[in-house]
Amino acid sequence: MEITYVYTKKRSEFGSQCNFTDRPVELLVDILPDPTVAASFIQRDLCNMPVQCVQQMSEHEINTERLETETEGVNHVEGGWPKDVNPQEQEQTTRFRKKVEKEESYIASLTILGSLMEHCIKQNNAINIYEEYYEEEEEVQESTEEPPTAKTLHVLKDPNDIKRTATSLSWHPDGGRKLAVSYCCLEFQRASKDMSFHSYIWNLEKPNKPQMTLKPSSPIVCLDYNPKDFHVLAGGCYNGQVAYWDTRKGSQPVEMSIIEQSHRDPVYKVIWLQSKTGTDCFSASTDGQVLWWDIRKLSEPTERLILDISKKGTLDGAAGATSLEFETTMPTKFMVGTENGMVIACNRKGKTPAEKISSTFCGHHGPVYALRRNPFYPKNFLSVADWIARIWSEDTKESSIMWTRYHMARLSDGCWSPTRPSVFFTTKMDGTLDVWDLLLKQKEPTLSVKVCDEALYSLRVQDNGHILACGSQLGTATLLEISSGLCSLQRNEKALANEMFERESKREKILEARRRELRLKERGRSDQGKEEEPKEAEPQESTEDLVARAEKEFFQAIESERKKREQEQQKLQTPISTVKVEEAGKLVS
Amino acid sequence: MAEVEETLKRIQSHKGVLGTIVVNAEGIPIRTTLDNSTTVQYAGLLHQLTIKARSTVRDIDPQNDLTFLRIRSKKHEIMVAPDKEYLLIVIQNPSE
Repeated sequence: MEITYVYTKKRSEFGSQCNFTDRPVELLVDILPDPTVAASFIQRDLCNMPVQCVQQMSEHEINTERLETETEGVNHVEGGWPKDVNPQEQEQTTRFRKKVEKEESYIASLTILGSLMEHCIKQNNAINIYEEYYEEEEEVQESTEEPPTAKTLHVLKDPNDIKRTATSLSWHPDGGRKLAVSYCCLEFQRASKDMSFHSYIWNLEKPNKPQMTLKPSSPIVCLDYNPKDFHVLAGGCYNGQVAYWDTRKGSQPVEMSIIEQSHRDPVYKVIWLQSKTGTDCFSASTDGQVLWWDIRKLSEPTERLILDISKKGTLDGAAGATSLEFETTMPTKFMVGTENGMVIACNRKGKTPAEKISSTFCGHHGPVYALRRNPFYPKNFLSVADWIARIWSEDTKESSIMWTRYHMARLSDGCWSPTRPSVFFTTKMDGTLDVWDLLLKQKEPTLSVKVCDEALYSLRVQDNGHILACGSQLGTATLLEISSGLCSLQRNEKALANEMFERESKREKILEARRRELRLKERGRSDQGKEEEPKEAEPQESTEDLVARAEKEFFQAIESERKKREQEQQKLQTPISTVKVEEAGKLVS
Repeated sequence: MAEVEETLKRIQSHKGVLGTIVVNAEGIPIRTTLDNSTTVQYAGLLHQLTIKARSTVRDIDPQNDLTFLRIRSKKHEIMVAPDKEYLLIVIQNPSE
């Protein structure tokens, strides 16, 4: 091997320290600025750049798998006995006991323990150390100014793969520990062949699996628990039949109504009636009929009512019903909400169909999905339809006494709180639940909760007013608990709510009277006009012209609203000086 | 033997006393004035609770020991006097 290079170092120099020496400064590189290069660069605007020298961290979220829990009971058996004693045999146990009692240690310890115990007993009898002082004074009103909140308690998911809408919910009347949910695909002809028809009863203590299944021959659209007999449920099906179940008897309906005698369209609402036998119920459907049934004999309805305003009694002109309302405190009256936005108040005692329909309330633009009377003031009722919720008073028929503003999404269901007269809830098609407190704010909901991303279709409050359930399009029923401020009765609330309703209905009555006056005056004037001048052939506006005019007005209204919105947006973005110019400009023009 | 009887009778006769139970170290009720199922329940549960209470007291201070245990509930008061081998349980309704 050739030696290519030799490194040598003196042995004594190994491990010696380094000797540093100073050296004068030496310029290594000097790069001068080149102005010609500057031409290819542009000066940037000054901007603020934050710089932070900190550890890089990242945030992760984990959701663990759902834990399935089950509540089970345990049976304890007596134990502790020595092996030779059988606890079931009385003789052996008494013999054992007697033996123990004869022991010396027993007597000695018992004497000591006895005296100790007597001391304490006498102490207890002498003075009540946990006496409650000032019990007569009412607890100070906790006016905790906590903001209203809603907390999700459980989410009950539809166990089937093909998700159906949770169309109606019904709480068990006794305590509300169970919830019956009906599932059905409401979209016309969208239901796939594999879709299951089952509806479930859930037990809130075991929210992972339904407790009981209801197996009808056609999906159930609406369900209601019998308030008198907690085991019986009535349901209206998609094919128009009405059926009833007894939870003690199993999943199949006990009886179903005959198809020929039932409704011809899905039954949208079924409600139990107040009767001595507790077996009466009535149902409404979009085929325009309201049928009364006695569940003991479902082969034909006991009574039939056709919702025809013109009182002709045929199904052609009938308005389809989408909701029903019945209050047990007013057993002779009931209300029906129709597809064309009308609410019809009916009287059960009428002999002819014409007499049955007592009055109508118009004012909605779309089907009325929910109708509920205020549990405290039954003369006022809430109707939920299209994009608005209205509160009506039975006396003012021309218009509602109070209404919310028009929302961005359609409203699907609403109900009053059973504990507070001025609180009601509404659900919307964009998945939000609104809680309205009329004594607090009337323009906006007091609390708006986004429950889920899909549309919410149904809503029910439990009788304690604390928990509510809402059903969504994908079949999940969410249970929410609202803060106590929204469900406990406040001081004077009943009186204030009553005052408010009366005030609003009075206002509407005054407006109604004024409108009537104006109309009479107009009529009087037009009559006079006709006498004086020869009849001028008024150009009869044909329907097309009317439509064109309506369209033009509609688009004009939208344009002006849009312009207003744009201006508001611009105002937010531009600095104040330009706003002033704009305002001045507006004044000038 | 007779003193024990007398003591227990005297305790039972006090105002508000609902029942008396004597339990041995294994949790077996020796003497009781209540019915069997209630007795067995009280004996089993309170026996375990007394052991736990005693161990708690001794954990905090090994020189210490449990002398008496009182459980006051809405309806009545349960008093337990523990001993090395036996347990005397009295249920009293303190305030009338």
